[in-house]
Parts: sequence; structure tokens; C-alpha cells
Amino acid sequence: MIINTPQVSSPASVSRLMLHVGYALVPGTLAYVWLFGVGVLIQILLACLTAVATEAIILFLRKRPVLNTLTDGSALLTAVLLALSIPSIAPWWIIVLGTSFAIIFGKQIYGGIGYNPFNPAMLGYVMLLISFPLEMTRWPAAISLLEQVPTFQTSFDVIFNAGLGIDTISGATPFDTIKTQLSAGMDVPATLINSNYGQLFGNFAGVGWELVSLGFLLGGLYLLATRRIAWQIPAAMLATIAALSTLFYLIDSSQHMSPLLHLFGGATMLGAFFIATDPVSAATTPKGRIYYGIGIGALCFIIRSWGNYPEGLAFAVLLMNMAAPTIDHYTRPRVFGQTKG
Amino acid sequence: MTKPNRKIFDFHGGLLLDEHKSVSTSRPIEVAPIPPVLIIPVTQHIGHAAKPCVKVGDKVLKNQCIAKADGRISARVHASSSGTVTAIKQHSIPHPSNLNVECIFIETDGRDTAIKPKNDAVVHYQSLSTHDIQQRIQDAGIVGLGGAGFPSHIKLNAGDHPVETLILNAAECEPYISCDDMLMREHAEAIINGLRIMQYALSAQHCIIGIEDNKVEAYSALQKAIGNNDDIELARVPTRYPTGGERQLIYSLTGQQAPSQGRPLDIGIVCHNVGTAYAVNEAIAAATPLTSRIVTLTGSGIPQPRNMQVRLGTPIEYLLDHCHSNKDDIGKILIGGPMMGFRLDSINAPITKTCNCVLATHQRDIRAPANPLPCIRCGECNNVCPVNLLPQQLYWHARAQEFDNIQDYSLFDCIECGCCDVVCPSKIPLVQYFRFAKTTIWQQERDKEKSDKARQRHELRLERLEREKREKRERHNRKKAALKKKPDQNDDPKKAAILAAMERVKEKKSQTNTSPANTDNLSPEQQAKIDEANARRSKQNKDKTSS
Repeated sequence: MIINTPQVSSPASVSRLMLHVGYALVPGTLAYVWLFGVGVLIQILLACLTAVATEAIILFLRKRPVLNTLTDGSALLTAVLLALSIPSIAPWWIIVLGTSFAIIFGKQIYGGIGYNPFNPAMLGYVMLLISFPLEMTRWPAAISLLEQVPTFQTSFDVIFNAGLGIDTISGATPFDTIKTQLSAGMDVPATLINSNYGQLFGNFAGVGWELVSLGFLLGGLYLLATRRIAWQIPAAMLATIAALSTLFYLIDSSQHMSPLLHLFGGATMLGAFFIATDPVSAATTPKGRIYYGIGIGALCFIIRSWGNYPEGLAFAVLLMNMAAPTIDHYTRPRVFGQTKG
Repeated sequence: MTKPNRKIFDFHGGLLLDEHKSVSTSRPIEVAPIPPVLIIPVTQHIGHAAKPCVKVGDKVLKNQCIAKADGRISARVHASSSGTVTAIKQHSIPHPSNLNVECIFIETDGRDTAIKPKNDAVVHYQSLSTHDIQQRIQDAGIVGLGGAGFPSHIKLNAGDHPVETLILNAAECEPYISCDDMLMREHAEAIINGLRIMQYALSAQHCIIGIEDNKVEAYSALQKAIGNNDDIELARVPTRYPTGGERQLIYSLTGQQAPSQGRPLDIGIVCHNVGTAYAVNEAIAAATPLTSRIVTLTGSGIPQPRNMQVRLGTPIEYLLDHCHSNKDDIGKILIGGPMMGFRLDSINAPITKTCNCVLATHQRDIRAPANPLPCIRCGECNNVCPVNLLPQQLYWHARAQEFDNIQDYSLFDCIECGCCDVVCPSKIPLVQYFRFAKTTIWQQERDKEKSDKARQRHELRLERLEREKREKRERHNRKKAALKKKPDQNDDPKKAAILAAMERVKEKKSQTNTSPANTDNLSPEQQAKIDEANARRSKQNKDKTSS
């Protein structure tokens, strides 16, 4: 067969794309380390090792080229995103289990990168959350709230020595606190000024978390500026969360968190720029991506406000992953010269 | 006078590519020498192959018609120099699928003697009827010189369609190619005159030249050639590949989209290439058929890239030698540009009417093709698609060979510009997949048509056999019924005759058996005498045996 392909090449490649997404995660990750300790770095390292090992074994078993696929960087990115999503003080086997699950059942079982219907990192996250609720809901407290700055040794012990000393560095997250207090009958404004929890909420969306979110926002803007992610998804998702939270905050501010808390208090920024934008499992048409982003934003808000879990991003992403093919089918762009869409 | 403020519409997608054009525009157009042998294919256009009208051994003159058009969608072929026809045989030509077609070989005599044009051949175009112009353009063998090679007389005959706008495509958006640019710089007046002839032939109301804004010199040359006349509008379009695509240029200039399954003529627009306009002017104003074209010879495999006026049929190898190109160092030759060009397999192939560029790449610049990775649906291909397709979805269905779905995603609107290939981070040869899908679908349709016909034939045959069987049975039944009705009565005269004859024979036979012999009816004395004789005979016989 005669192959005539353009002789013009561009530097774009999958590994380059993944690399730049990795760069964009740096500001948020640095903020995380600075504000919550080195635990997250240990988790990222563990996740990466697990991801590479798992993917290599599966590729070997599937008789696929190992090196060629590993170097695309997608497994590493999945690993880093999962490590950033779980509590940084979770025991080591949590991240090992979650990452290998994400690689095997989130990706390789469907045929590897490009064929997975679900976001692998979020699949791993949800599996962990449902299977190990205790480990998955013990979050680190911001260093500024602790009496003593945790050393590397403390973090290491917490992760590898069965949670030794975990009580000295863990604390509730803003979302957890509000959810718990609401169910205990205390409304949101009262929680925010309560002497026991008030200090948790920092300047606008939680001590530590607000700055980590800003870091991810910064990285996300870099990806947008360099056109490495589709703008439609984060724009639609953030706009939806902002709109819905403003609406309900205006209706009843005693029962609903402020828009700022919604946008910067949880996983919104990480989700909007790094998780929802995973192209493989997202909608692919320009219009479809807007609906997809709206869907994630809306589901995320609904689960946070009325669901059992304080954070709903992972569920929202997985649910919209399922809807993506249908969205794509109904949002095909009008082809040049054709009269109907 | 040119209107400076035509609104330019942005088509979707497209790419800004490195131009690589200036390397071949620093020298003026050079006339290529006459090669010792011209290899002139009878197929240099879309449509039926022309039929050779010369024989081996014939002497031919330059501009002499050597192959006649076969039908309306076909084009004449003329000798591009004088000489002797030495062979008419299959030979490779530049073609995406490396076809071999019938070629007329002419051994040139170097004199380049031209045939005398008809006396009334050179006249002012306005004294000719539009029909005459179309006829002369047809006789000159002119086809679209932008690359497609569709016979021009058809595109210059609008029939009942009113033509509002005639667009001259001077965009030349593909990298490396500069033949149109150089032609405009050096022959702007001829082009403008050709354009006016086209406008006259089509009775077009407006005339717009669409030129990319990177061709500054060509722009001013055209501007000068148009002068103070306001019949032709010169419009600059932004340099962006593929703005020279017919539908993209029409949209850029008018904001109108030619219907996806129709022609630009359906919206009152006709689009021609500058090279074609030049050839039209030659045909009408100089009564010269199309026997040469401008070819860009460029790329790292050619020491001094340039544009040449080349006789159609000149072997590409001859041109490379002329440019002192070291053929052993050339890694790859493309005909056309780097985006839509196709690979040339045989350097003996000749230059044809549609060869706008020979792009020879040095071996050191050949990169191994990237190993394709799975599609990650990033959607970059959709962002750059000038037709607004979803290449990622087309690819998915092409891979799965789901040819119904792929047509739902408008596969046949793909113009194969290659933008999606360039931006794909997984390095998937997308256009190749789309071409494969298109040809497979065409093949399936042909097969279906064939099998439909075969089925029809088969069904007709079955029907005929059934009918014959039925008729036979009916005949048989009729006969049977007739026999049953009168079992011992011979109403069949033939049978009765036979039976009667047989009866007669029987009768005769029995009569013969009982017929009297001469020993019958004897008297007693006669009988006694016979008995006596018999006794004597037997006695004699007895004596004989005893003695």
C-alpha cells in the first residue's frame, strides 16, 4: 500500500503533552508540600513506582511493546493525580492498591491508553473511598494549625508504620467540618465563626487548601495558555459550580457554603484543569465538552450539597465519563458546506 | 482599481506552516531545454483518456495534436516539441497510486518546429462567441493547472447557471510550491487577460483574485496589470493553509459555503487557477495549445531550487540532471507540496499538466516515520480541520471498518489536506485511514452494483427456467389429458395414418404367406408322377451312398 502522509511534522506528542501537564502540577504540589508536609511526595513516589511496575507487567503479559508505551507518560500522570487526590497521610498500601487498580482496571483492561472509558485515577480513587472509608477520610492538618512541625520521619512513620503518630498531624477538612456540623444542626455561618473550627477556614476557603487550589489554578492557566487542554471543560465546569453555589448561597446562606469555598475549598481546581480534562474519557466535540463540563460541575455541586460524601468530584467525573459517548453523538459540529448539524 | 476593503471570512481550522517558498523564488523562471525523448501520457486530466491519433514512425511538429479527446470529459494532448513518434506504450506517470498509462514517446529533433496555426486563429476574444472560446479552450487541451486537472472547457461552460462571481485562485497555500507566484510576477498581464477571457466565456458579473498576503511581489504585479480598470478585484487573504482549497478560498472571499455534495456553481461561483488563466490566454490570444507548464523544482535534494517552464512529457530525471541534483543523495521525491503531495516512485515519469512541484528531499533530511500511538481523543485534529470534521471519530470508525458510521461523520467531505496528521500528538496517519475508507467504500459500492446486476441476471435466468419448465409441464399435461379423454379413438390423423399403413402391411404379409405356389392345385396323375420322381431321386441317393 502506498502511504502518502504530510511531510510536515509538529513537535506535538503524547509524552510531551503529559510532561507539560506534569509541569503544570508543580505549583499546586509545592504548595501542598509547603503547607501540609512531605507526605504527599512520598505518596507520589509510591504511586509512580507502582504505576510503572504494574503497567510494565500488564504490557508484558499482553505482549505489547513495554518501553514504547511506558514512555508516553500517561501511567505516571495517572499515578500523580491519584496521589494528589488521596489523603497524604494514608498508609502506603492505600496508594499502591489504588494505583495498581487504576492502571489495571481503569486502563489496561480496556486495551491501554486511548481505550479507557473512565478516568483511571478517579476509578482508583472511588474504589479506595468505598473500600477503605476510614483511611480515605483522615486528612492531614495544615502545618500552621499544628503545635509541632512534622518532620520527614513523622510522615514516613505515618505512611509506613501503620499510622504511628497519625493523630498528631491529622485534622478535619473544611468540607468535612461543615458537613458534620450541618448534620449536627449547626448552620454554616455558625460553623465558620465557631471557636473550635473557625480557624480551619483560613482567609477565604480553608487554611492550606485555598493556596493549594490557587497553585492548581495557576498550573491550569498555563495549560490553557499553551492550548494543551480544551478550554471548554474547565470553563464550563467552574462556571457551573460558581453559578449554582452563588444561587443557593443567595437563597439560603445558612445551609450552603459560599461560592469561594466551593471553588477553592475542595478538589475543584485540581478536578477542573487536570482530571476532567483527561481527553480519553471526556467528550471530544467542542460543544460536547461544554455540556460535559456543565455536567461535572452540576453533579459535583449536588453531591457536595445533598450527598453523603463531602466531596463529589470523583463521582461526578465518572458519571459524566459514562455520558461522554452520548454527548459526542448529539453534539457533532456542522460540517463545512452542509446545511444541517 | 482594487477595492481595499473586502471583508475576509475566516474558515475553521487550518495551520500556519513554514513556507519554504523563498528558496525557489530568487531566480527568474528558466525555460527547460528540450529533452532527447518526450514521454507524453494520454491521461493527464480527470476523465477519459485521450485517444492517440499518431502512429509509431510519424513525424510530429510542436503543438500538433497527438491524442484526441474521448468524449466531453476528456482533453486533447499535443506534442510539446517536434520529432518522431518512436513508441506508444505503457509507462509510469506521476500519480498517487503510481499508475502506468499509455504514453506517446517522441524522439525530439531539437528543431522545435511548430505547426502553423490556422489563419484565423489569432483574434481578439471579444470577436468570438462564448461557444467558440469554449471550443478553442477544449481544442487547446487545457485542464485545471492547480493540481486537479479537470478539463477547463467544462468549468468555463456554466450552462443555464448564472455566474455571479469568478474567482481566480492565486493563493498557492502549500509550502515549497512557488510556480503560481513566479508566473504572476512575470506574466501578470497574460494572466489578467486570461481571466478576462474566462469572465467573458462565463458571463460572470464579478471577478475576484484571491491571493495570499505573503506574495507581495505577485500582488503588485497583478495590481499593475489590472491598472485603473475596475472589472477585476484583487483581494488579499491571510496566509494560512489550506486557504487555497477551492471551497476555503470561496468562503474566505465571499462568506458563502459551496454545498457539501454540490459544486461552487450551485451558488453562482466558479473558481479557476492562475496557471489555467495563463493557458487560456495562450490558447485564445496566441492560438497555442497547452504544451508546457511552470514547475517548481525545490527541496534539499536540489542544489539550486528554481521554477522552470517545462515541456509536458519531459522526464523528471532529465530535469533533476539539468539542476545538477545528485540522484543518489535524494531520499524521496514528492510531486506537489509536503502536505498533499504524493511520493514519486519512478524518476523516469514525465511532467504532466498537473505537476506543479517536484519536491526532492535529501537523504539526510528524511526522518523515520513516527511510531503511531493510540488516539487519546485530544481533539486537536478537529480544531485544525478546515471542513470542521471530527477526525478522531472518523479514525475510530475507519479502524473498526464501520463504514456506515464513518459516512455519518461526513467522511466524503474530507479534502485530505493533512492538517490533522500534522497536529496529531499520537502521530496517527489519519488521512491515510480516510483515503483507505473512501476507496473501500467506493469499491464496495462498485461491487454491490456488480452483484446487484449479477443477482438481477440470476433472478431473470431463474425466472426464465421456471417459465420454460412450467410451459413444458403444461404442454405435457395437455397431451396427457388429450390421451386420457379418447384412449382408443385415433383422432390424431398422423397416428391414424400410421396405424392404417401398419394394418395394410400386416394384411399384405398374411396374403403373401397364403399365396398359391406352382405345386398347388395339381391333378392326381401329376401328383403321382411327382411322387414317382421323388421316390426315384431318393433311391438314387440311397444307391449313391451305399456304393
